[in-house]
Amino acid sequence: MRATAAEETQSGAVVLLCAAAWAVPGLGHLWLGRRSKGLIFLVVIPLMFVLGLALKGRISPFDFSDPFVGLTALGQVGVGVAYVITRAVGYTLGDVTAVTYEYGNAFLIVAGLLNMLVVIDVFDITMGRK
Amino acid sequence: MASHLLLLVLFAFFVSLVFAVLAKDTAAEQLRYGGLLFIGFVLTALVLGWLMFPFPV
Repeated sequence: MRATAAEETQSGAVVLLCAAAWAVPGLGHLWLGRRSKGLIFLVVIPLMFVLGLALKGRISPFDFSDPFVGLTALGQVGVGVAYVITRAVGYTLGDVTAVTYEYGNAFLIVAGLLNMLVVIDVFDITMGRK
Repeated sequence: MASHLLLLVLFAFFVSLVFAVLAKDTAAEQLRYGGLLFIGFVLTALVLGWLMFPFPV
């Protein structure tokens, strides 16, 4: 059965919302009018990412010859545009000799994973499940 | 910024905050759920740390 124009428009809006929620943490919730939640995500998740960089964590490349590096990159890319910008400016190496290196990696990866949960929440809200 | 305890507490705070805001809708529920998560994260880390103390390697 072919989708109606209204259904196609709605699915396009859902994709756009989820893309916005991925690109800028909290933007999806702000768009949906959930201002307090959106503002908290907008502050906390990028702050975790910046802290991860300040703690000398590494932005991993998509290199699945080492599965842990590839999986780390998959987690980090969840944070959205911040990941893309950080890679574009080349601020990626971290400092493996720093005592905070592993903490930095934990902050970077978990910031991305948390934003993925936020995107799923936006999807659930638009589908009327929440 | 090299204090492991401070970083642990900070990490637990951020994760608890996001989980609570995602899972609950009212401020009171968020505070209760987030507080429980935060205490759970920190206590678990401290207990596991002490349990690992006799086995340093």
